[in-house]
Formats: sequence, structure tokens, C-alpha cells
Amino acid sequence: MQALVIAAHGSHLNPDASDPTYAHADTIRETGAFDEVREAFWKEEPHFRDVIRTLESDEVFVVPLFISEGYFTEQVIPRELRLEQWDPNKWASDGTSASQATLEAGDVGKTIHYCGPVGTHDAMTDVIVQRAETATEDPDVGEGFGLAVVGHGTERNENSAKAIEYHTERIRERDRFDEVKALFMDEEPEVDDVTEYFESQDVVVVPLFIADGYHTQEDIPEDMGLTEDYRRGWDVPAAVDGHRIWYTGAVGTEGLMADVLLERAADAGAGIGEAREAVRELAGSPAKAVAESTSRTGTGD
Amino acid sequence: MTVASDDHEILVDCASSGIAFDGLRVDETDETYSLETPENEWTGLEKDELEQALESCEEYVTNWRYWQKTVGGEGTSRREFLRWCERAPLDDANTKTPRDGALDDGNTGERAVEEPLAVPERYDALRDGIDRQWGQLSITTRFLDVDESNGARVYDLWHVADANSDLVDLEVHDDPRDAREIATYDEDGRYRPLKTAPSLASGWAFTGLSGDELVETVGFFYPATVANWHRELSGNLDVDHWLETAERQTGIYDVVDELPREAVAWLAEACCDDSQCLRRREWEYDEDDDLGVDGGDGQFPCREPCSLVIAAARRWAILESETERTYQLELTTSELNQLEELIDAVAEGRTDEIREADVTDGANRYRARYLRAKRFDEDGTLDATQVDD
Repeated sequence: MQALVIAAHGSHLNPDASDPTYAHADTIRETGAFDEVREAFWKEEPHFRDVIRTLESDEVFVVPLFISEGYFTEQVIPRELRLEQWDPNKWASDGTSASQATLEAGDVGKTIHYCGPVGTHDAMTDVIVQRAETATEDPDVGEGFGLAVVGHGTERNENSAKAIEYHTERIRERDRFDEVKALFMDEEPEVDDVTEYFESQDVVVVPLFIADGYHTQEDIPEDMGLTEDYRRGWDVPAAVDGHRIWYTGAVGTEGLMADVLLERAADAGAGIGEAREAVRELAGSPAKAVAESTSRTGTGD
Repeated sequence: MTVASDDHEILVDCASSGIAFDGLRVDETDETYSLETPENEWTGLEKDELEQALESCEEYVTNWRYWQKTVGGEGTSRREFLRWCERAPLDDANTKTPRDGALDDGNTGERAVEEPLAVPERYDALRDGIDRQWGQLSITTRFLDVDESNGARVYDLWHVADANSDLVDLEVHDDPRDAREIATYDEDGRYRPLKTAPSLASGWAFTGLSGDELVETVGFFYPATVANWHRELSGNLDVDHWLETAERQTGIYDVVDELPREAVAWLAEACCDDSQCLRRREWEYDEDDDLGVDGGDGQFPCREPCSLVIAAARRWAILESETERTYQLELTTSELNQLEELIDAVAEGRTDEIREADVTDGANRYRARYLRAKRFDEDGTLDATQVDD
């Protein structure tokens, strides 16, 4: 038997913080790839401390639903899971290349494959692009568009910015968007000045956050000038300084995130069969769905 | 009641390695079989005679089939919980720790009916349904089909407050995942960050769940309670006491181990009371250092300070680092009493219950506003003067 544990932050104050975790867990449950799929949290229940003992499987794949390698993925989660042999060097990562480490949890006789976070996996690049498609409702979005990948950025953790820059560079290499930039909340270049960094009239802004909350639904839209007051909402697209800003919130809510979770587990040796195809089917972007229905009934070219 | 013939075949196939389960014994020696139940005994049976004899103890056969083939999972908390649900003898019952008495509510005189039931008694009871309480959940185990029972059980689940409600008055669910949404908000629509807070909303029911689905649903309502209950039952609950947990914290929680021992007792009194959490606190200050505060009577054990307690402890660790001062302020005796009433009303969560016109209650809103108008200065603070250095 094999189990998947999705390890997320959760919140004592905001009931929506765990929504993406539940949604992606449910998508993976639907595929039947794992005998057990369990959500686990730092601030909610089951807590990281208790989660492994709720499983019957002997092989457990733990994937952190976090954006970057750092304090939570390198210290908190392994400590709370009682992965006593853990050492960050086991990931041999430069900040964006963590794969997995196989360990035993101290309170149970189970093999734990502790995976790198979803945010630094290569497949995350596709999720960011899909987010741009969802935001614009255009599966071919790219030409004439700029893309801003937005991260929190913090002086306390240099890896936080690395993850953003890593995907920005990968998307840039694809030559799909006219311009691709990494912007931040707490460091330069700042998302407040988003229009100054783009020549393109249309700019899709994708915040690399797991859940929607204060930053993605209050701070960022107000800082960018999409709205005076987040409670009144904003248009998509919204006109700012002669640009059109396409903004819909945290990338972590994108359905394709379930695919990244699966890939992390598969990279660590989980047998997932056809689950990725199933997830891609289940998590197909609204834009894709529109495109497919159009092509079925469309021009026939 | 007819036992499907495949039950017999499966059972006969298993007989060569011996069956001993819930009072049923089947053994094979030299191609003859012996069969034993608490009521009867047969020896020297040929295979077809065994099948015939099994006809007369169908309850034991279908019981064996349900537990060994449908439920399976020997030694798992899932299986033990489902056995507890129908008051079947527990595999780990012989290693029960003294605190497991808390499983049975001795105060309501239910202990007598909590004794495990043998197969015939259980089968009688399962026709009507066997009720158990798990926190604020009421669980009923019953036969899927009472008239044509093949031993298959199903489970119903609702809030204990709805035990006497008509099903048509409840919102009926069959997907365990629906429990997540129900458990997220209290009756007033407020977020419940602590799943074991005694504030579960009522008005819903899960019906006809399989055993696996029941355990999954309970896991969404009260995460990890089944696993830790089972560990306690087996005598291997691992308790992390306050000091160990506090010293493990890093980052912004690094400060919690600075909380004075006395304050940890206040913390336990504030947070880990039956009125605030359905878990029974098993952690103390340290292994040999009892906090001296009652841990509550909850059914499922709390094996270490939870994340809410740690978050609150951080705040108190910061507050407790302040030096005490002496202040002078003018209050009438009634106003001093009123402050006590206000704090008590908030601490007990009864501010919503105080009637608007009940000005005899010190925590009445008009009384509180009057006190504020009279005793607060223009900055909105209490007019107090520090009198020490």
C-alpha cells in the first residue's frame, strides 16, 4: 500500500487557506493512484505531528504544498514528522532542485519519501502558464502579452525569490510571451510598479502563492492599483496606467497543481499509473475546455 | 436468513490453517473438520457435513466473513474502532490502560451496557442498530439488510443533538468529504480552527456508510482521534509533554519554552478544559512534573500541546516577560465587581446570552458602555496611574 500526504500550512484564522489542499487531494483521490490520500497541516488538523499514524500504508510519500525550499520544508515539516535522519543536505539542492529523501518516521515503522515542495518542481512552470490561460480565458495567450510571476520575496529566505526567478526564466525560454518578469512584494523589483516593467499593453499577473488570502486578495490588487479597496473587487482585465492587467489570484488554486503533487511523488518512486493523464483531464483549464468545445463545433481547420 | 454458499466455500478454504474468531472455531485434521461455537461442537465432519453444520451457526459465519474479509486490517485502528462501534470484543482490550475508563461514561450508569457483546447478542442488537458516541458524533451500526442479512454492516452518523431528529429534517450526506465543510464552521458560521472544539454544528446526517467510509468521515470531523485512541488502548500512546514540545519550537515560536511553569498551568486551565476541547489532556509540564490542572474527561487523548495552544503560548510568553507594576485607579466596589463579571462572561463565552435589558448583569452591554464612558479618558484608555518606579 502507498499513501500520499499533502503537507500544507493551513490557518487558525482563515477557513479558505486549506481549500486548495483539499481540492488537489480530492483530484488525486479520484485517480485512485494512492491507497490513501491525506491532507496535513501546520495550523490545522490533522497536524504534521499526527498524520503518519493515521495511515495504514507502509510507503508514504510526503509532498509539501509550499512554494519554496526553506524554513518549512527544511526544518518544520521534517522535524514535526519525526524524520530523525533528516538533513537538508539529503536533498542536495541549490534552492530549487530538491527531489526527495527516503527516511523513517520515528513514531511509526514506515518508509517516508520526503519530497521537495511543489513550487520548485519543473511542472510548476506549466501551472503558471495555465494560470495565465485561465486568467485570460485564452488557451493560446502569449503573443502581445507580458507575464509577471509574483513572489513574496523576503530577506529571511533567499530561496523564496529563487523559485520565482527559476520559473520566470523557464517561461522566458519558451518564447511564448513577449515579456516575462519576476516581481516581488517585499523586495525589488516590486509588484506595485508592475506597469513600469512592461512594454506590452496586456500583462497577466500570476502570484506564486499556494492559497488565496490577505496577500493575493487584498495587498497585491491594491498595491498594483487594480482597485482602491479590495472589498469592492476589480475587473479582469483592469486598466492601470494605459495597461490592461489580468489578475485572478493565487496560482496554487489552479487545478493542474494536483499534477505537480503527483509528479513529485512519482519522482520519489510512487507508482501512479495513468493518474497524471487523469489529473490533466480533470484539471484541464477552463480556457482549454472552451478551446476544445470550440474546435469540436468550430471551423474544422 | 440464508448464508450465501460462497461464504461457506471461503470459510472451508481457510479452515485448513485454522479459524478462531469471535467464538467460532474451525479446524482441519486429516481431511476431517471440527467446528465449535460457544453453543455447539462438532467433530470428525466431512467437507459436506461441515457445510451443513455451518448452516446452523450462520451468525458466526457471516460475522467471520464481515470482519476477516470485508473489514480486514488486523491490528489497525480502523478495525478496532469499527469493533468498538458495535461493542465487539477489542483485540487490544487486554492491554487497556487505566485511563481507558474514560471511554465509558461511568457517571451516566452506561458502564454496564458498555461490556463487549458476544456474536448472538450483537446480532440481535444490530437489527435495531447499536449506538455509540464519539465526541459530539452519534454513530449507529446496523445491518445493511435486516431481513436478508448476510452480516454486512452499514453505519449512520449524526450530531448527538440530532439523536431524536427525523431524518427528513436533516441534511443527508453520503460522501465522507462533506464532513470537512460541516466541521469548518460553528452554528453561527464562525470558523472552527480546532476540530475537537465542542462547537460542531448540528442538522446533518451521514447514512449507509461502509466501515471504511465511516472511519474516513470521523477522520474529517476529528482528525487523528481514532489513531491516538487506539494507541492508548494498546498501551503505546506516545505523550510529548510541555517542555519537550516547547523546546522543539523554532522561528517565531522559539520563545514558548520561556513561559513560566505557573503560566503553563494557567494555559492548560484556559485552553484544555472540556468546555473548550473534547480531547483529554494527557501531557503535563514534564514527564515527572504534573501540572496539577484537570485534563478533562474527553474520550480521545491529547498527546501533546496542539498548534492553537502553541500559538497562544507564544503570545503569553511575550506578555509574561513584562514586569508587574502597581497602578492606582478610581473604582467603586460595584465597578470592581463588574470588571470581574466582564472577564468571566468573555472567558465563558456567554456575552451573547446576556439579555439586552438585563442591567443587573455586570457584563451587560449598556453596563459595559457606561463604565467605559465614565472611566476611560479621551484616548479610550482606563484612567490609571502607575504608582511604583
